[in-house]
Amino acid sequence: MLNMIIRRTAVALPTLLILVIVTFVLMHAAPGGPFTSEKPLPPQVLANIEAKYGLNEPLYKQIFMYLKGIVTEFDLGPSYVYKDRTVNDIIAQGLPVTLTYGAWVIVVMLAVGVPLGIIAAIKQNTWIDYVAVGFSILADLLPNFIMGPILILIFTLWLGWLPGGGWNGGQWEYMVMPVIALATSYMASITRLTRSSMLEVLRSNFIRTARAKGLPERTIILRHALKPALMPVISYLSPVFVYVITGSFIVDAIFSTGGLGTYFTNAAFNRDYAVMMGVTLLTGGLTILFNLFVDLLYSWIDPQIR
Amino acid sequence: MKNVFKSFAVASTIALSASLAWAAGTHPITGEALADDQTFTYRVLDEASSYDPQLLEDVDSSKIARDLFEGLYNQDSQGNLIPGVALSHTVSDDKTVYTFKLRDNAKWSDGKPVTANDFVYAWRRLADPATGSAYQWYINVMGVKNNGPVSDGSMNPSELGVVALDDHTLQVTLEQPLPYFPLTTIHTSAFPTPQWAIEAHGNEWTRPGNIVTNGAYIMTEYVANERSVRERNPMYWNNDDTIIEKVTALVINDENVALTRYMAGELDQTDIPSGQFNRLQQSNPDETVVVPELCTYYYTINLTESGNPALQDVRVRQALSYAIDRDIITKNILQAGQKPAYAFTPEATAGFTPPATPMASLTQAERDAKAKELMAAAGVDGFDLELMYNTSESHKKIAIAISQMWKQKLGVNVTLTNLEWKTYLDARGAQNYQIARAGWCGDYNEASTFLDLVGSESGYNDAKYNNPKVDELLAQAKVSDDTQPIYTEIEQILAQDAPIIPIYQYTANFLMKTNVKGWPYDNVEQNIYSRDLYKVAE
Repeated sequence: MLNMIIRRTAVALPTLLILVIVTFVLMHAAPGGPFTSEKPLPPQVLANIEAKYGLNEPLYKQIFMYLKGIVTEFDLGPSYVYKDRTVNDIIAQGLPVTLTYGAWVIVVMLAVGVPLGIIAAIKQNTWIDYVAVGFSILADLLPNFIMGPILILIFTLWLGWLPGGGWNGGQWEYMVMPVIALATSYMASITRLTRSSMLEVLRSNFIRTARAKGLPERTIILRHALKPALMPVISYLSPVFVYVITGSFIVDAIFSTGGLGTYFTNAAFNRDYAVMMGVTLLTGGLTILFNLFVDLLYSWIDPQIR
Repeated sequence: MKNVFKSFAVASTIALSASLAWAAGTHPITGEALADDQTFTYRVLDEASSYDPQLLEDVDSSKIARDLFEGLYNQDSQGNLIPGVALSHTVSDDKTVYTFKLRDNAKWSDGKPVTANDFVYAWRRLADPATGSAYQWYINVMGVKNNGPVSDGSMNPSELGVVALDDHTLQVTLEQPLPYFPLTTIHTSAFPTPQWAIEAHGNEWTRPGNIVTNGAYIMTEYVANERSVRERNPMYWNNDDTIIEKVTALVINDENVALTRYMAGELDQTDIPSGQFNRLQQSNPDETVVVPELCTYYYTINLTESGNPALQDVRVRQALSYAIDRDIITKNILQAGQKPAYAFTPEATAGFTPPATPMASLTQAERDAKAKELMAAAGVDGFDLELMYNTSESHKKIAIAISQMWKQKLGVNVTLTNLEWKTYLDARGAQNYQIARAGWCGDYNEASTFLDLVGSESGYNDAKYNNPKVDELLAQAKVSDDTQPIYTEIEQILAQDAPIIPIYQYTANFLMKTNVKGWPYDNVEQNIYSRDLYKVAE
C-alpha cells in the first residue's frame, strides 16, 4: 500500500505540471486580458501596468516565474481584479467554506442515498421501491440552480425559517439550504447506483449459498452483500467530490456562501490569470488526492485489487 | 467659485442643529420620528474589486469607498458641490492654478489630522504606473500638470502638478484651464489615502483592523463574496450629523434571489430583475424607484477599412439610424422608464440640452420614409451586415428587434454575433467588427465625459471616427465658460456623420423600503452618501 502511495505521488507532480502549462497556454490564448475594459487604458499606461505584474515577459518565462513562486514561497500570485487580495488569501478564505459544505453534502448524500438504495433493492417492486426510484428521478429533474431559488422561496420568504443566504462563519441555519440544493441530485444517483448494484449482488451465487446455509436475511445483507454492493458507489465518490467542489459555483452564486465556487467562472471571465491558475491547480491537486484516497479505500475493501 | 456652494448654508444649518435634535429621536431638519433601527442593508451584484480609492474599478466599490473616505468636495442631494475636506478654493487669473483651503477639524479614524499631503500622496499614487491602477487615466481627465509623463513612467510622480503649501492648503496646477475641474474631485480616485497605513500593511491595508478612513464610516467586517459592513467613524468631523449607524452590503449574484430576500425583509434595497419592472410597479408601487442615469446605449460603426464597405457611405449610416424605432425598444422591450436617445449625451447631464437634430423632431413614419430615401440616394438596395454584441439576454432582444427593423424597412440582412465580454471588448477595440453594441456612462456630470469619446485621439473611439472640426470644438470646450453652444454643434455634427447610433438613455431601477429617507433621487450621478440617509419610524 505504501508502494502505491509513493508511486501515485511520483506521477502526481508531472501531472500537475502539465495541468499548469496547458491551463496557462489556454488562458493566454483567450482574447483580451485582465486589464481589457470598456474604458481601455492608453497603450503606454497598459504597458507599465503589465510590466508591474510581469505580463510583458514571454509566456515561457511567465510560467517559470509562476512555478518558481509556488515552489520557493508557496505564492500563487496576485489577483488582478480583487486588488486587495492575493490568490493565497482567496483560497485561504474560500476553501474552508467549500470544504465544509462539501463534506456535509457527501455525508448527507451517503447517509440518505445508500440506505434508500438498499431498502429499494430488498423491497424490489413494492411501493417502497417505487417511492425511492420516483424520488431519485424527481431529484434528478431538479438541478441545483432551480432548486436553490425554490428553497429560498419556501424557507425564507414563505415560512421565514431560514436566512436566504450568507455563511456567517458556517452556522447551521446558513448551511441547510446550500447542502440540500447541492446534495439532492448526487443523492439520487447514489440511490439508484446502490439499488442496482445491490440487486445484482443479491442474485449472485455466494448470497444464494449464504441463504442456503440458513443465515438470517439481516446478516446476509449487512455482512455479505453490503461490501461488494458498495464498490460502484465508492468509485463514484471521486468524481462526485470534484463536482461538489467545482459545481459549487451555483450554490455560491445563489446562496452567497463565499466559497471558492464563484472564482471558477469569474476568474475565467475576468481573465484573472493567477486566480484561474490557483483554483485550477487546487482542484487538480485535490482530484489526484481524492482519487488516491478512493483507490486506497477500494483496495481495503477488496484485497484482490492490491 | 460660482454655484459651488449653493447648499453650503443649508449644510451648516444641519451641522448646527443636528446633535441636539438627533438625541430626541427626530430628524433635525424634517422633524420626522426616527426608527430605533438605523441600519441600512443593500444588495451588490459582485464582490468589490477593492476598497482602495485609487485601485477600485467598479461602481459598487466606489459607493462603499464614498462612505469610507472623503474627498475635497461632496455632493448634496441635487448633485451640487458642497464642502468636504476642502472648505473653498480660489483660481488663478489664467485659470490653471487651483488653491484649496482645507478644514482643520478633519481627522482620520486613527485620530491623525487630514492634511493636504494626504491628497498629494493619493494623487501621485494614482498617476504612478507602479501602483497599477486601472483608473490611472482619471488623472488625465483631471488634467493635472505633467499627468502624461508621470503616468507613462518617464517622469517622477513628485513632478505631478499637486503640492501641499501647508497642512491645510492644497495647490493644483493644471495643464490648461478646465472649467469643471472642481467637479472631478468628487470621484473616488481623487480621495485622500493614508500613506502610513498603506506602507504598514501593503495590499492588506483595507482589511478591517488595518484600514484608516477619513469618511463618515469605517469598515468593520469583510467576508469576500458574502458581506461587507461599515459602521460610524467617531473621528469623522461631521459625525454628529450621521444618522445611519451601520451599512451592510450583501453580495448576491442572482438578482431574483436578491428580490426574494428583499421581499423576506432581509434587504432595504435591491435591483429590479430585468423584465419584472411592470409587475413590481403594480404590486409594490411605493417601493419601485426609477431614476435617470448618465449613460447612453448606442451602436458604434466601424469606419475603418476592416468595416463594412456599405457603411462608408454616410447616407447608409444615417438610414440605419433613422430606421430604428427607439420607442419600441424603450416601451416594449425594456419597459422600465428608459428614454429614446437621439443624441449621444443624455438629457440628464448638467448644463446640457439635447440639440434639435432632424431625427428627434420627426415621427417614426417620417423617419422610416427618410431612411428609405437615403438608401435610395446612396444607391444601396439591401446588403449583408454583421451586428456584434456582448452576451446578454437584453442586448440580444434589442439586437433582434433592430435587425428586424433594418430588414423590413431597408432590406438589410443582419447576422447577429454574440461574444463573451472580454472577447467582445478585444474585437471592438481592434476594429474587428462592422456594427457593435456599446454603452457609455459619464465619469462626471458634464457633457465632455461623453463627447470626448468621439475625438480622433480618444482611446475609446472604437468607430475610429475622425473629424478635425469635432476635435477643434472639443479643444475649445475645454477652456470655454459657455460650453452649451459648442456641445450642441458637436452633437449636430455627430447626427450628420452618424459614426455612432444612439439608442436609449439608461435608467436605474430599484426597490427600496418606504421607511428609508434621504436618498439623492435628484442626483443623476447617483453618488450616495450613507450619512445622508435615515430610517423613519413606521
